[in-house]
Amino acid sequence: MSTKMINIKDLCVWFGEGQQRTQVLKNINLQIARGESFGLVGESGSGKSTILRTAMGLVEDYSGEISIDGINTRTGDYKALIRCAQMLFQDPYASLHPRFTVGQAITEVMKINAIDNHQQKMVDLLLSIGLTAEHQYRYPHELSGGQRQRVALARSLALEPDVLLLDEPTSALDASIQAEMLNLLNKLKQSLGLTYIIVSHDIAVVSYMCDRFAVMSQGKVVEILSREQLRSGDIQCEYTQKLIAASEY
Amino acid sequence: MNKAKELDTPLQSLGQARRAQLLKFWHRFKRNKLGLLGLGISITLVLLAIFAPLLATHDPYEPALYERLTAPGAEFWLGSDELGRDIYTRILYGTRLTLFIVLLVILTSAPIGLLIGASSGFFGGWVDKVLMRITDIFLSIPKLMLALAFVAALGPGIVNAAIAITLTAWPPYARLARAETLAIRKSDYISAIRLAGASRFRIIFRHIVPMCMSSVIVRMTFDMAGIILIAAGLGFIGLGAQPPLPEWGAMISVGRKFIFDQWWVAAMPGIAIFVVSLGFNLLGDALRDLLDPHLRNR
Repeated sequence: MSTKMINIKDLCVWFGEGQQRTQVLKNINLQIARGESFGLVGESGSGKSTILRTAMGLVEDYSGEISIDGINTRTGDYKALIRCAQMLFQDPYASLHPRFTVGQAITEVMKINAIDNHQQKMVDLLLSIGLTAEHQYRYPHELSGGQRQRVALARSLALEPDVLLLDEPTSALDASIQAEMLNLLNKLKQSLGLTYIIVSHDIAVVSYMCDRFAVMSQGKVVEILSREQLRSGDIQCEYTQKLIAASEY
Repeated sequence: MNKAKELDTPLQSLGQARRAQLLKFWHRFKRNKLGLLGLGISITLVLLAIFAPLLATHDPYEPALYERLTAPGAEFWLGSDELGRDIYTRILYGTRLTLFIVLLVILTSAPIGLLIGASSGFFGGWVDKVLMRITDIFLSIPKLMLALAFVAALGPGIVNAAIAITLTAWPPYARLARAETLAIRKSDYISAIRLAGASRFRIIFRHIVPMCMSSVIVRMTFDMAGIILIAAGLGFIGLGAQPPLPEWGAMISVGRKFIFDQWWVAAMPGIAIFVVSLGFNLLGDALRDLLDPHLRNR
Protein backbone atom coordinates (compact mmCIF):
# COMPACT_ATOMS: atom_id res chain seq x y z
CA MET A 1 0.00 0.00 0.00
CA SER A 2 1.28 3.39 -0.92
CA THR A 3 1.62 6.10 1.66
CA LYS A 4 -0.77 8.24 -0.37
CA MET A 5 -4.28 8.51 1.02
CA ILE A 6 -5.92 9.19 -2.31
CA ASN A 7 -4.65 7.98 -5.66
CA ILE A 8 -6.29 9.04 -8.88
CA LYS A 9 -4.81 7.47 -11.99
CA ASP A 10 -5.72 8.31 -15.58
CA LEU A 11 -9.26 9.25 -14.66
CA CYS A 12 -11.54 9.97 -17.62
CA VAL A 13 -15.26 10.61 -17.12
CA TRP A 14 -18.08 10.85 -19.62
CA PHE A 15 -21.57 12.28 -19.26
CA GLY A 16 -24.54 11.38 -21.42
CA GLU A 17 -25.20 8.44 -23.68
CA GLY A 18 -24.86 7.61 -27.36
CA GLN A 19 -24.41 10.67 -29.53
CA GLN A 20 -24.63 12.96 -26.52
CA ARG A 21 -21.77 11.27 -24.71
CA THR A 22 -19.14 13.88 -23.96
CA GLN A 23 -15.91 13.58 -22.06
CA VAL A 24 -15.84 15.86 -19.05
CA LEU A 25 -12.60 14.74 -17.41
CA LYS A 26 -9.42 13.94 -19.34
CA ASN A 27 -6.62 11.88 -17.83
CA ILE A 28 -6.58 13.22 -14.33
CA ASN A 29 -3.66 12.08 -12.18
CA LEU A 30 -3.53 13.16 -8.55
CA GLN A 31 -1.87 11.86 -5.39
CA ILE A 32 -2.92 13.23 -2.06
CA ALA A 33 -1.05 12.44 1.12
CA ARG A 34 -2.58 11.43 4.44
CA GLY A 35 -3.52 14.52 6.43
CA GLU A 36 -3.14 16.86 3.49
CA SER A 37 -5.61 19.52 2.42
CA PHE A 38 -5.72 19.47 -1.33
CA GLY A 39 -7.58 22.06 -3.37
CA LEU A 40 -9.23 21.88 -6.76
CA VAL A 41 -9.78 25.26 -8.39
CA GLY A 42 -11.24 26.22 -11.70
CA GLU A 43 -14.16 27.83 -13.39
CA SER A 44 -17.58 26.24 -13.20
CA GLY A 45 -17.87 23.37 -15.62
CA SER A 46 -14.19 22.50 -15.40
CA GLY A 47 -14.98 19.16 -13.77
CA LYS A 48 -13.86 19.81 -10.19
CA SER A 49 -16.94 18.42 -8.49
CA THR A 50 -17.09 15.51 -10.93
CA ILE A 51 -13.81 14.21 -9.52
CA LEU A 52 -15.37 14.05 -6.05
CA ARG A 53 -18.61 12.50 -7.25
CA THR A 54 -16.71 9.87 -9.22
CA ALA A 55 -14.53 9.08 -6.24
CA MET A 56 -17.67 8.42 -4.18
CA GLY A 57 -19.23 6.18 -6.82
CA LEU A 58 -21.97 8.63 -7.82
CA VAL A 59 -20.73 8.69 -11.41
CA GLU A 60 -20.51 5.38 -13.23
CA ASP A 61 -19.23 6.10 -16.71
CA TYR A 62 -15.50 6.43 -16.13
CA SER A 63 -12.17 4.84 -16.91
CA GLY A 64 -8.97 4.87 -14.91
CA GLU A 65 -8.58 4.12 -11.26
CA ILE A 66 -9.35 5.83 -7.98
CA SER A 67 -8.33 4.43 -4.65
CA ILE A 68 -8.89 5.90 -1.23
CA ASP A 69 -6.81 4.45 1.60
CA GLY A 70 -6.07 1.49 -0.65
CA ILE A 71 -9.72 0.79 -1.40
CA ASN A 72 -10.45 0.80 -5.10
CA THR A 73 -13.66 2.76 -5.59
CA ARG A 74 -14.84 0.54 -8.41
CA THR A 75 -13.92 -2.93 -7.22
CA GLY A 76 -13.41 -2.37 -3.50
CA ASP A 77 -15.86 -2.89 -0.67
CA TYR A 78 -18.33 0.00 -0.82
CA LYS A 79 -19.16 -0.19 2.88
CA ALA A 80 -15.49 0.14 3.73
CA LEU A 81 -15.09 2.98 1.26
CA ILE A 82 -17.88 5.09 2.73
CA ARG A 83 -16.58 4.57 6.24
CA CYS A 84 -13.24 5.85 5.01
CA ALA A 85 -14.41 8.76 2.88
CA GLN A 86 -17.47 11.00 2.94
CA MET A 87 -18.57 13.96 0.91
CA LEU A 88 -20.03 17.34 1.85
CA PHE A 89 -22.28 18.81 -0.81
CA GLN A 90 -22.28 22.33 -2.09
CA ASP A 91 -25.85 23.43 -1.50
CA PRO A 92 -26.99 23.08 2.10
CA TYR A 93 -30.56 23.77 0.95
CA ALA A 94 -30.55 20.65 -1.23
CA SER A 95 -28.45 18.21 0.75
CA LEU A 96 -30.74 17.65 3.75
CA HIS A 97 -33.91 15.59 3.47
CA PRO A 98 -36.82 17.99 4.15
CA ARG A 99 -38.81 15.40 6.12
CA PHE A 100 -36.04 14.34 8.50
CA THR A 101 -35.22 16.27 11.62
CA VAL A 102 -31.57 17.09 12.15
CA GLY A 103 -31.27 14.27 14.67
CA GLN A 104 -32.98 11.74 12.41
CA ALA A 105 -30.80 12.70 9.44
CA ILE A 106 -27.64 12.00 11.44
CA THR A 107 -28.78 8.87 13.27
CA GLU A 108 -30.15 7.42 10.00
CA VAL A 109 -26.58 7.25 8.68
CA MET A 110 -25.41 5.45 11.82
CA LYS A 111 -28.39 3.08 11.84
CA ILE A 112 -27.67 2.01 8.26
CA ASN A 113 -24.12 1.15 9.27
CA ALA A 114 -25.14 -0.57 12.50
CA ILE A 115 -23.31 1.81 14.81
CA ASP A 116 -24.43 1.50 18.43
CA ASN A 117 -25.34 4.28 20.78
CA HIS A 118 -26.28 6.57 17.92
CA GLN A 119 -28.39 8.91 20.01
CA GLN A 120 -25.47 9.91 22.21
CA LYS A 121 -23.02 10.07 19.31
CA MET A 122 -25.40 12.29 17.36
CA VAL A 123 -25.61 14.77 20.23
CA ASP A 124 -21.81 14.75 20.55
CA LEU A 125 -21.50 15.47 16.83
CA LEU A 126 -23.94 18.37 17.05
CA LEU A 127 -21.94 19.86 19.89
CA SER A 128 -18.66 19.37 18.06
CA ILE A 129 -19.84 21.34 15.05
CA GLY A 130 -21.14 24.20 17.16
CA LEU A 131 -24.86 23.44 17.42
CA THR A 132 -26.75 22.45 20.56
CA ALA A 133 -28.45 19.20 21.53
CA GLU A 134 -31.74 21.01 21.15
CA HIS A 135 -31.19 21.38 17.40
CA GLN A 136 -31.76 17.66 16.88
CA TYR A 137 -35.52 18.20 16.85
CA ARG A 138 -35.40 20.90 14.18
CA TYR A 139 -36.33 20.40 10.57
CA PRO A 140 -33.95 21.78 7.92
CA HIS A 141 -36.35 24.57 6.92
CA GLU A 142 -36.12 25.92 10.46
CA LEU A 143 -32.37 26.44 10.17
CA SER A 144 -30.24 29.05 8.44
CA GLY A 145 -27.94 28.17 5.55
CA GLY A 146 -24.87 28.09 7.78
CA GLN A 147 -26.59 25.86 10.32
CA ARG A 148 -27.73 23.52 7.60
CA GLN A 149 -24.23 23.22 6.25
CA ARG A 150 -23.03 22.36 9.76
CA VAL A 151 -25.68 19.67 10.01
CA ALA A 152 -24.60 18.27 6.64
CA LEU A 153 -21.05 18.29 7.95
CA ALA A 154 -22.10 16.47 11.11
CA ARG A 155 -23.85 13.87 8.98
CA SER A 156 -20.76 13.31 6.85
CA LEU A 157 -18.72 12.87 10.04
CA ALA A 158 -21.18 10.37 11.50
CA LEU A 159 -19.27 7.41 10.05
CA GLU A 160 -15.98 8.74 11.40
CA PRO A 161 -14.27 8.96 7.99
CA ASP A 162 -10.60 9.71 7.45
CA VAL A 163 -11.21 11.62 4.26
CA LEU A 164 -13.70 14.40 3.60
CA LEU A 165 -14.41 15.50 0.07
CA LEU A 166 -15.72 19.05 0.29
CA ASP A 167 -17.63 20.32 -2.72
CA GLU A 168 -17.64 24.12 -2.50
CA PRO A 169 -18.33 23.95 1.24
CA THR A 170 -18.87 27.69 1.62
CA SER A 171 -20.01 29.01 -1.74
CA ALA A 172 -23.69 28.96 -0.78
CA LEU A 173 -23.04 30.82 2.47
CA ASP A 174 -22.78 34.49 3.40
CA ALA A 175 -19.29 35.96 3.58
CA SER A 176 -19.51 36.30 7.37
CA ILE A 177 -20.42 32.66 7.84
CA GLN A 178 -17.87 31.45 5.28
CA ALA A 179 -14.96 32.25 7.56
CA GLU A 180 -16.67 30.53 10.51
CA MET A 181 -17.21 27.43 8.40
CA LEU A 182 -13.62 27.33 7.16
CA ASN A 183 -12.27 27.70 10.68
CA LEU A 184 -14.55 24.91 11.86
CA LEU A 185 -13.25 22.70 9.06
CA ASN A 186 -9.66 23.48 10.03
CA LYS A 187 -10.38 22.74 13.67
CA LEU A 188 -12.00 19.41 12.84
CA LYS A 189 -9.11 18.49 10.59
CA GLN A 190 -6.71 19.05 13.47
CA SER A 191 -8.71 17.19 16.08
CA LEU A 192 -9.80 14.27 13.89
CA GLY A 193 -6.74 13.99 11.65
CA LEU A 194 -8.75 14.28 8.46
CA THR A 195 -7.59 14.47 4.87
CA TYR A 196 -9.46 17.03 2.75
CA ILE A 197 -10.05 17.58 -0.91
CA ILE A 198 -11.62 21.01 -1.22
CA VAL A 199 -13.30 22.07 -4.43
CA SER A 200 -13.70 25.78 -4.87
CA HIS A 201 -13.84 28.45 -7.50
CA ASP A 202 -12.47 30.88 -4.95
CA ILE A 203 -8.67 31.11 -4.88
CA ALA A 204 -8.80 32.86 -1.52
CA VAL A 205 -10.60 29.90 0.09
CA VAL A 206 -8.15 27.43 -1.37
CA SER A 207 -5.05 29.39 -0.45
CA TYR A 208 -6.35 29.71 3.11
CA MET A 209 -7.21 26.04 3.48
CA CYS A 210 -4.88 24.06 1.26
CA ASP A 211 -1.24 23.08 1.23
CA ARG A 212 -1.37 22.24 -2.46
CA PHE A 213 -3.95 22.67 -5.14
CA ALA A 214 -4.65 21.73 -8.74
CA VAL A 215 -5.89 24.25 -11.26
CA MET A 216 -8.42 22.76 -13.63
CA SER A 217 -9.71 23.91 -16.96
CA GLN A 218 -11.99 22.10 -19.39
CA GLY A 219 -11.63 18.73 -17.74
CA LYS A 220 -7.86 18.81 -17.40
CA VAL A 221 -5.46 19.61 -14.62
CA VAL A 222 -3.37 22.44 -16.02
CA GLU A 223 -1.08 22.97 -13.07
CA ILE A 224 -0.44 21.79 -9.51
CA LEU A 225 0.79 24.52 -7.19
CA SER A 226 1.80 24.73 -3.57
CA ARG A 227 0.72 27.54 -1.29
CA GLU A 228 4.26 28.95 -1.34
CA GLN A 229 4.29 29.04 -5.11
CA LEU A 230 0.99 30.89 -5.11
CA ARG A 231 2.29 33.45 -2.63
CA SER A 232 5.60 34.00 -4.39
CA GLY A 233 3.87 34.17 -7.76
CA ASP A 234 5.88 31.27 -9.14
CA ILE A 235 3.29 30.30 -11.71
CA GLN A 236 4.07 28.70 -15.04
CA CYS A 237 0.75 28.28 -16.71
CA GLU A 238 -0.92 31.18 -18.45
CA TYR A 239 -4.43 30.04 -17.53
CA THR A 240 -3.56 29.99 -13.83
CA GLN A 241 -2.14 33.49 -14.05
CA LYS A 242 -5.37 34.71 -15.62
CA LEU A 243 -7.47 32.96 -12.99
CA ILE A 244 -5.47 34.47 -10.16
CA ALA A 245 -5.49 37.90 -11.74
CA ALA A 246 -9.28 37.67 -12.09
CA SER A 247 -9.71 36.77 -8.43
CA GLU A 248 -7.75 39.76 -7.20
CA TYR A 249 -10.49 42.23 -7.93
CA MET B 1 -28.87 34.52 6.43
CA ASN B 2 -31.69 34.85 8.91
CA LYS B 3 -31.22 33.32 12.25
CA ALA B 4 -34.44 34.93 13.39
CA LYS B 5 -36.43 31.72 13.04
CA GLU B 6 -34.07 29.98 15.37
CA LEU B 7 -35.42 28.30 18.45
CA ASP B 8 -38.58 30.24 19.27
CA THR B 9 -39.67 27.47 21.57
CA PRO B 10 -37.37 24.81 22.90
CA LEU B 11 -38.29 21.28 21.86
CA GLN B 12 -37.64 18.26 24.00
CA SER B 13 -38.65 15.33 21.85
CA LEU B 14 -39.24 14.11 18.36
CA GLY B 15 -42.96 13.80 19.03
CA GLN B 16 -43.06 17.42 20.05
CA ALA B 17 -41.24 18.44 16.87
CA ARG B 18 -43.80 16.57 14.78
CA ARG B 19 -46.70 18.07 16.70
CA ALA B 20 -45.28 21.54 16.15
CA GLN B 21 -45.16 20.86 12.41
CA LEU B 22 -48.75 19.63 12.39
CA LEU B 23 -49.92 22.64 14.34
CA LYS B 24 -48.23 24.98 11.86
CA PHE B 25 -49.89 23.12 9.03
CA TRP B 26 -53.27 23.42 10.72
CA HIS B 27 -52.83 27.18 11.14
CA ARG B 28 -52.22 27.56 7.42
CA PHE B 29 -55.09 25.21 6.57
CA LYS B 30 -57.52 27.15 8.76
CA ARG B 31 -57.26 30.19 6.52
CA ASN B 32 -59.03 28.38 3.68
CA LYS B 33 -62.74 28.57 4.55
CA LEU B 34 -63.91 26.28 1.74
CA GLY B 35 -61.27 23.78 2.77
CA LEU B 36 -62.65 23.86 6.30
CA LEU B 37 -66.12 23.21 4.89
CA GLY B 38 -64.76 20.22 2.97
CA LEU B 39 -63.02 18.93 6.08
CA GLY B 40 -66.25 19.44 8.02
CA ILE B 41 -68.24 17.40 5.50
CA SER B 42 -65.66 14.62 5.52
CA ILE B 43 -65.55 14.45 9.32
CA THR B 44 -69.35 14.51 9.47
CA LEU B 45 -69.45 11.60 7.04
CA VAL B 46 -67.17 9.58 9.29
CA LEU B 47 -69.16 10.47 12.42
CA LEU B 48 -72.45 9.59 10.73
CA ALA B 49 -71.04 6.23 9.69
CA ILE B 50 -69.83 5.48 13.22
CA PHE B 51 -73.02 6.58 14.99
CA ALA B 52 -75.53 5.47 12.34
CA PRO B 53 -77.46 3.11 14.69
CA LEU B 54 -77.91 5.91 17.25
CA LEU B 55 -79.05 8.49 14.72
CA ALA B 56 -81.35 6.24 12.72
CA THR B 57 -85.12 6.60 13.16
CA HIS B 58 -86.15 3.32 11.55
CA ASP B 59 -84.72 -0.04 10.60
CA PRO B 60 -82.87 0.29 7.30
CA TYR B 61 -84.03 -3.11 5.99
CA GLU B 62 -87.52 -3.70 7.46
CA PRO B 63 -90.19 -3.14 4.77
CA ALA B 64 -93.44 -1.40 5.72
CA LEU B 65 -95.55 -1.87 2.64
CA TYR B 66 -98.55 0.18 3.78
CA GLU B 67 -96.26 3.18 4.12
CA ARG B 68 -94.52 2.88 0.77
CA LEU B 69 -93.50 6.01 -1.13
CA THR B 70 -94.48 8.43 1.62
CA ALA B 71 -93.44 12.03 0.97
CA PRO B 72 -90.88 13.65 3.29
CA GLY B 73 -92.51 14.67 6.55
CA ALA B 74 -92.54 14.15 10.30
CA GLU B 75 -92.56 10.34 10.17
CA PHE B 76 -90.12 9.91 7.29
CA TRP B 77 -87.79 12.93 7.30
CA LEU B 78 -86.59 12.31 3.77
CA GLY B 79 -89.54 10.20 2.64
CA SER B 80 -89.82 6.45 2.24
CA ASP B 81 -88.97 4.21 -0.69
CA GLU B 82 -90.96 1.64 -2.66
CA LEU B 83 -90.87 -0.85 0.24
CA GLY B 84 -91.73 1.74 2.87
CA ARG B 85 -88.20 1.96 4.26
CA ASP B 86 -87.04 5.27 5.68
CA ILE B 87 -84.69 6.97 3.18
CA TYR B 88 -82.98 9.05 5.89
CA THR B 89 -82.02 5.89 7.77
CA ARG B 90 -80.90 4.16 4.60
CA ILE B 91 -78.69 7.10 3.57
CA LEU B 92 -77.26 7.09 7.08
CA TYR B 93 -76.33 3.41 6.84
CA GLY B 94 -75.19 4.02 3.26
CA THR B 95 -72.35 6.22 4.58
CA ARG B 96 -70.79 3.04 5.96
CA LEU B 97 -70.82 1.37 2.56
CA THR B 98 -69.51 4.51 0.89
CA LEU B 99 -66.67 4.91 3.36
CA PHE B 100 -65.88 1.21 3.19
CA ILE B 101 -65.52 1.29 -0.59
CA VAL B 102 -63.57 4.57 -0.59
CA LEU B 103 -61.13 3.42 2.08
CA LEU B 104 -60.68 -0.02 0.55
CA VAL B 105 -59.91 1.49 -2.84
CA ILE B 106 -57.63 4.23 -1.52
CA LEU B 107 -55.71 1.95 0.82
CA THR B 108 -55.02 -0.54 -1.95
CA SER B 109 -54.52 1.65 -5.01
CA ALA B 110 -52.30 4.35 -3.48
CA PRO B 111 -49.65 1.94 -2.08
CA ILE B 112 -49.64 -0.11 -5.30
CA GLY B 113 -49.24 3.02 -7.39
CA LEU B 114 -46.59 4.44 -5.08
CA LEU B 115 -44.55 1.26 -5.12
CA ILE B 116 -44.70 0.87 -8.89
CA GLY B 117 -44.09 4.56 -9.58
CA ALA B 118 -41.25 5.02 -7.12
CA SER B 119 -39.45 1.85 -8.28
CA SER B 120 -39.96 2.84 -11.88
CA GLY B 121 -38.51 6.30 -11.36
CA PHE B 122 -35.68 5.18 -9.10
CA PHE B 123 -34.37 2.26 -11.13
CA GLY B 124 -34.99 3.72 -14.58
CA GLY B 125 -33.87 1.74 -17.62
CA TRP B 126 -35.86 -1.35 -18.56
CA VAL B 127 -37.64 -1.57 -15.18
CA ASP B 128 -39.05 1.88 -15.87
CA LYS B 129 -40.01 0.98 -19.44
CA VAL B 130 -41.85 -2.22 -18.51
CA LEU B 131 -43.69 -0.75 -15.50
CA MET B 132 -44.70 2.40 -17.33
CA ARG B 133 -46.01 0.52 -20.38
CA ILE B 134 -48.15 -1.62 -18.06
CA THR B 135 -49.40 1.59 -16.45
CA ASP B 136 -50.14 3.03 -19.90
CA ILE B 137 -52.21 0.00 -20.81
CA PHE B 138 -54.32 0.32 -17.68
CA LEU B 139 -54.70 4.05 -18.24
CA SER B 140 -55.85 3.59 -21.82
CA ILE B 141 -58.81 1.38 -20.89
CA PRO B 142 -61.90 3.39 -19.90
CA LYS B 143 -62.27 3.22 -16.13
CA LEU B 144 -65.88 2.19 -15.91
CA MET B 145 -65.43 -0.38 -18.71
CA LEU B 146 -62.58 -2.12 -16.95
CA ALA B 147 -64.46 -2.07 -13.66
CA LEU B 148 -67.54 -3.43 -15.43
CA ALA B 149 -65.63 -6.27 -17.08
CA PHE B 150 -63.98 -7.15 -13.79
CA VAL B 151 -67.21 -7.17 -11.78
CA ALA B 152 -68.91 -9.13 -14.52
CA ALA B 153 -66.18 -11.75 -14.27
CA LEU B 154 -66.04 -11.94 -10.47
CA GLY B 155 -69.72 -11.40 -9.84
CA PRO B 156 -71.41 -8.32 -8.37
CA GLY B 157 -70.84 -7.29 -4.78
CA ILE B 158 -69.36 -4.50 -2.77
CA VAL B 159 -65.86 -5.96 -2.28
CA ASN B 160 -65.60 -6.96 -5.92
CA ALA B 161 -66.68 -3.47 -6.91
CA ALA B 162 -63.93 -2.04 -4.72
CA ILE B 163 -61.32 -4.36 -6.22
CA ALA B 164 -62.51 -3.44 -9.69
CA ILE B 165 -62.19 0.26 -8.92
CA THR B 166 -58.72 -0.28 -7.44
CA LEU B 167 -57.69 -1.90 -10.68
CA THR B 168 -58.50 1.30 -12.49
CA ALA B 169 -57.40 3.75 -9.80
CA TRP B 170 -53.73 2.91 -9.24
CA PRO B 171 -52.15 4.08 -12.53
CA PRO B 172 -52.44 7.82 -11.80
CA TYR B 173 -50.61 7.24 -8.50
CA ALA B 174 -47.85 5.41 -10.32
CA ARG B 175 -47.45 8.28 -12.78
CA LEU B 176 -47.41 10.79 -9.95
CA ALA B 177 -44.91 8.88 -7.83
CA ARG B 178 -42.65 8.32 -10.83
CA ALA B 179 -42.61 12.02 -11.69
CA GLU B 180 -41.79 12.96 -8.10
CA THR B 181 -39.11 10.30 -7.89
CA LEU B 182 -37.46 11.41 -11.12
CA ALA B 183 -37.36 14.95 -9.77
CA ILE B 184 -35.59 13.99 -6.55
CA ARG B 185 -33.56 10.87 -7.27
CA LYS B 186 -30.52 12.85 -8.38
CA SER B 187 -30.88 15.37 -5.57
CA ASP B 188 -28.07 15.82 -3.09
CA TYR B 189 -29.98 14.42 -0.14
CA ILE B 190 -30.62 11.17 -1.97
CA SER B 191 -26.95 11.08 -3.05
CA ALA B 192 -26.00 11.71 0.56
CA ILE B 193 -27.99 8.76 1.82
CA ARG B 194 -26.50 6.56 -0.91
CA LEU B 195 -23.09 7.61 0.38
CA ALA B 196 -24.22 6.40 3.79
CA GLY B 197 -24.56 2.94 2.25
CA ALA B 198 -28.36 2.74 2.33
CA SER B 199 -29.90 -0.15 0.41
CA ARG B 200 -32.13 0.63 -2.56
CA PHE B 201 -35.08 -0.69 -0.62
CA ARG B 202 -34.35 1.71 2.23
CA ILE B 203 -33.82 4.67 -0.10
CA ILE B 204 -37.14 4.08 -1.82
CA PHE B 205 -39.24 3.45 1.26
CA ARG B 206 -37.70 5.76 3.82
CA HIS B 207 -36.41 8.60 1.68
CA ILE B 208 -38.28 8.77 -1.61
CA VAL B 209 -41.79 7.64 -0.68
CA PRO B 210 -42.21 10.29 2.07
CA MET B 211 -41.42 12.94 -0.53
CA CYS B 212 -44.14 11.60 -2.82
CA MET B 213 -46.68 11.53 -0.01
CA SER B 214 -47.88 15.12 -0.24
CA SER B 215 -48.84 14.85 -3.91
CA VAL B 216 -50.34 11.43 -3.26
CA ILE B 217 -52.48 12.70 -0.38
CA VAL B 218 -53.80 15.52 -2.54
CA ARG B 219 -54.55 13.09 -5.34
CA MET B 220 -56.23 10.71 -2.86
CA THR B 221 -58.61 13.38 -1.66
CA PHE B 222 -59.64 14.24 -5.20
CA ASP B 223 -59.93 10.54 -6.01
CA MET B 224 -62.32 9.91 -3.14
CA ALA B 225 -64.96 11.97 -4.93
CA GLY B 226 -64.38 10.02 -8.15
CA ILE B 227 -64.49 6.68 -6.33
CA ILE B 228 -67.83 7.53 -4.76
CA LEU B 229 -69.18 8.35 -8.19
CA ILE B 230 -67.88 5.13 -9.80
CA ALA B 231 -69.12 3.04 -6.87
CA ALA B 232 -72.51 4.70 -7.19
CA GLY B 233 -72.38 4.10 -10.94
CA LEU B 234 -71.68 0.41 -10.44
CA GLY B 235 -74.47 0.27 -7.86
CA PHE B 236 -76.80 2.03 -10.28
CA ILE B 237 -76.32 -0.55 -13.02
CA GLY B 238 -76.67 -3.32 -10.47
CA LEU B 239 -73.05 -4.49 -10.34
CA GLY B 240 -72.06 -2.92 -7.04
CA ALA B 241 -73.74 -3.41 -3.70
CA GLN B 242 -76.72 -5.76 -3.97
CA PRO B 243 -80.18 -5.18 -2.51
CA PRO B 244 -81.17 -4.78 0.22
CA LEU B 245 -77.89 -2.97 1.04
CA PRO B 246 -78.54 0.77 1.25
CA GLU B 247 -75.85 1.78 -1.24
CA TRP B 248 -76.51 5.26 -2.61
CA GLY B 249 -76.11 4.41 -6.30
CA ALA B 250 -78.41 1.41 -5.98
CA MET B 251 -80.97 3.57 -4.17
CA ILE B 252 -80.97 6.06 -7.05
CA SER B 253 -81.38 3.19 -9.47
CA VAL B 254 -84.52 2.04 -7.65
CA GLY B 255 -85.85 5.60 -7.47
CA ARG B 256 -85.57 5.98 -11.24
CA LYS B 257 -88.89 4.19 -11.63
CA PHE B 258 -90.70 6.81 -9.59
CA ILE B 259 -88.70 9.85 -10.56
CA PHE B 260 -91.67 11.92 -11.82
CA ASP B 261 -94.16 11.25 -9.02
CA GLN B 262 -91.98 10.41 -6.02
CA TRP B 263 -88.86 12.47 -6.75
CA TRP B 264 -87.39 12.06 -3.26
CA VAL B 265 -86.61 8.38 -3.71
CA ALA B 266 -83.87 9.17 -6.24
CA ALA B 267 -83.11 12.77 -5.26
CA MET B 268 -82.17 12.21 -1.59
CA PRO B 269 -79.32 9.72 -2.18
CA GLY B 270 -78.33 11.87 -5.17
CA ILE B 271 -77.96 14.88 -2.91
CA ALA B 272 -75.94 12.78 -0.46
CA ILE B 273 -73.54 11.77 -3.24
CA PHE B 274 -73.29 15.36 -4.41
CA VAL B 275 -72.55 16.78 -0.94
CA VAL B 276 -69.93 14.17 -0.10
CA SER B 277 -68.16 14.48 -3.46
CA LEU B 278 -68.18 18.24 -3.13
CA GLY B 279 -66.77 17.96 0.38
CA PHE B 280 -63.88 15.77 -0.74
CA ASN B 281 -63.16 18.04 -3.68
CA LEU B 282 -63.07 21.15 -1.49
CA LEU B 283 -60.78 19.38 0.96
CA GLY B 284 -58.57 18.27 -1.92
CA ASP B 285 -58.34 21.80 -3.28
CA ALA B 286 -57.32 23.18 0.08
CA LEU B 287 -54.73 20.45 0.61
CA ARG B 288 -53.31 21.00 -2.85
CA ASP B 289 -52.83 24.69 -2.16
CA LEU B 290 -50.82 23.77 0.93
CA LEU B 291 -49.01 20.62 -0.12
CA ASP B 292 -48.32 20.81 -3.84
CA PRO B 293 -44.54 21.13 -4.08
CA HIS B 294 -44.89 23.07 -7.32
CA LEU B 295 -47.11 25.70 -5.74
CA ARG B 296 -45.24 25.86 -2.47
CA ASN B 297 -42.07 27.80 -1.92
CA ARG B 298 -39.17 26.35 -0.03
